[in-house]
Amino acid sequence: MSGPEGKGGEHAPPPARWADLRRFTAARVALGRVGDGMPTAAHLAFQEAHARARDAVHATLDVVGVAAAAESLGLPVVAVASQAADRRTFLLRPDLGRRLRAADRGRLPAAPGAILFVVADGLCASGVAAQAPAFLAEAVPLLRGAGMPVAPIIVAAQGRVALGDEIGGLTGAAMVAMLIGERPGLTATESMGLYLTFAPRPGRTDAERNCISNIRDGGMSARAAAEKLLWLAGAALRLGATGVALKDEQPATPLLPA
Amino acid sequence: MGFAASVGGTRCTFSDLKTLLARATPLRSGDVLAGVAAESAAERVAAQRALADLPLTHFLDEVVIPYEADEVTRLIQDRHDPAAFAPVRSLTVGGFRDWLLGVADTAALTALAPGLTPEMAAAVSKIMRLQDLVAVAAKCRVVTRFRNTIGLPGTLSIRLQPNDPVDDPRGVAAAVLDGLLLGAGDAVIGVNPATDNVETTIRVLELLDAVRLRYDIPTQSCVLAHVTTTMRAMQQGAPVDLVFQSIGGTEAVNRSFGVSLSLLAESREAALALGRGTLGQNVMYFETGQGSALSAEAHHGCDQQTIEARAYAVAREYAPLLVNSVVGFIGPEYLFDGKQITRAGLEDHFCGKLLGLPMGVDVCYTNHAEADQDDMDALLTLLGVAGVTYVMGVPGADDVMLAYQSTSFHDGRYVRAALGKRPAPEFAAWMERMGIEAASGQGELPRLMAPELVGLA
Repeated sequence: MSGPEGKGGEHAPPPARWADLRRFTAARVALGRVGDGMPTAAHLAFQEAHARARDAVHATLDVVGVAAAAESLGLPVVAVASQAADRRTFLLRPDLGRRLRAADRGRLPAAPGAILFVVADGLCASGVAAQAPAFLAEAVPLLRGAGMPVAPIIVAAQGRVALGDEIGGLTGAAMVAMLIGERPGLTATESMGLYLTFAPRPGRTDAERNCISNIRDGGMSARAAAEKLLWLAGAALRLGATGVALKDEQPATPLLPA
Repeated sequence: MGFAASVGGTRCTFSDLKTLLARATPLRSGDVLAGVAAESAAERVAAQRALADLPLTHFLDEVVIPYEADEVTRLIQDRHDPAAFAPVRSLTVGGFRDWLLGVADTAALTALAPGLTPEMAAAVSKIMRLQDLVAVAAKCRVVTRFRNTIGLPGTLSIRLQPNDPVDDPRGVAAAVLDGLLLGAGDAVIGVNPATDNVETTIRVLELLDAVRLRYDIPTQSCVLAHVTTTMRAMQQGAPVDLVFQSIGGTEAVNRSFGVSLSLLAESREAALALGRGTLGQNVMYFETGQGSALSAEAHHGCDQQTIEARAYAVAREYAPLLVNSVVGFIGPEYLFDGKQITRAGLEDHFCGKLLGLPMGVDVCYTNHAEADQDDMDALLTLLGVAGVTYVMGVPGADDVMLAYQSTSFHDGRYVRAALGKRPAPEFAAWMERMGIEAASGQGELPRLMAPELVGLA
């Protein structure tokens, strides 16, 4: 993509031409103009970014990477699906994406007292497929080291955030951490969000969850997200709740030298 | 009381006004999701027939949300102007459509606005095609003023939307300068803050005011924070030109946005007291959009377009400078594809104009909607022909903070050129004074617009 050249510019000479504005922002500035329209290169760069975002929205969840990560952590994987039978239904009926397919209700493991990871496609299957393996490899050892049991990993197709409530409730997990693909933009197409819900059951609201968003290259790293989850999970156990009652007061850690 | 009509030998009945309006609404996903849409194409046409036969006076007798339960209904009923309504009082909804397309001229439409309720506007829009929505809106004229004049014949204004993912002042300034070079910014230079708090809001307000003063731009600025944040900023002496707020068409959806009619009135009084407008005192800026009420479970069984029109009754109470629907932002579960977004954008513009608002549209879509740049070009062009007051201008059509696509600065140039429209006159004169066209055509920055003046060095 011939696009923004990133931020910075402290040591560059003062901007003299229109194109110099690019150094100050990731936005698509200083594209020039041909007549009133966008130059060909800028037009095609946009089309490419949109095509990638569209493909990401309609991608199918690839469980291979997640399964490999789970295996190396000694965790079984159980694949389930929501009641949204296909992508079109998923987009049109958010309510169906929050309910588990009836046939899968009996296939869930019992996980009383554990932290349960649900990996769901959400609005970007490729985003969660790209981020979840590295995140789990960081998070699971941290949680185990803190004495928190980790349940088998559930991979859920056509899932919305609240699908984790029903899955978590059926397993008896202490809390559910939903890893879900975030709606892609033109610049960030492979991003994952994490929603932590204590004592999950159907009917939980978004105000009863804590969210870690923008887990991706160029956003929050897998390691930083795993550390935040460890802090939130510990606080949730002490408090007996997640959501607005649990304020994120994780102490800032100094940045490591490059 | 109920309503009925027959189509193809089948008789369809509708139990009340809100059901009739919902069943008569052209298909969109949000009404299906809410369970209020017609169950077949034939039922929809039956509802449209029954609606066309309904006298306009019926809307004064039957409300879609009870008067006692909803302050927006009370506002609509209490503010209705019988004298202004008189010219169309004897008409049915169908007759009203014919009147709008036929004899109504600009003066008649201007005089009529206070006599119309939003439900009347929504009703007639449901039996209009796109060309009807365009043709009637094009006859409406709404002019507002703050530091320039918006809505004059032959003009089309643009909100410059220089959002930055972390509210970085240099990122915002670079996008502002880029937009100014492409002729955007006469409606407002308006930033959606990434973080809605008082400190950030004041910091961005001061930046935008400095840009305006140093380049001597005849326009207004706005940080689109929550109204309570903006009120705090005003108390702390921040340079607030316009008070922004997202609003909806029921008391409950407004509560979900954290606002009420009295809070909006209070914020307007505070902005008026600052006396910052030079040509006029239209100090409010509102955004709306079909589907927000269902999203907040605050729709009372009404269709999303009727609720949207009711939001315009809220807006007009406060004499706003600018109002726009953010039509494609809400997602495919409310407006599924380019066809539904296009129709909704034209409905919103038509209803807003008919009710007397300076109506703009954020022609936009998200990546999970079935829409693309071609759909946006079509809607933008239709809205231009319909005389839209303003559209958005975003660098390269890609909002890097809100992660959606809106119209680009280039799109604004295109639609002005294609339809022979100009910016607001004060802004057009300023562009000439600064030598913007000559410089930008050469890839240069005008001498009077040095980047150092706005912190870009």
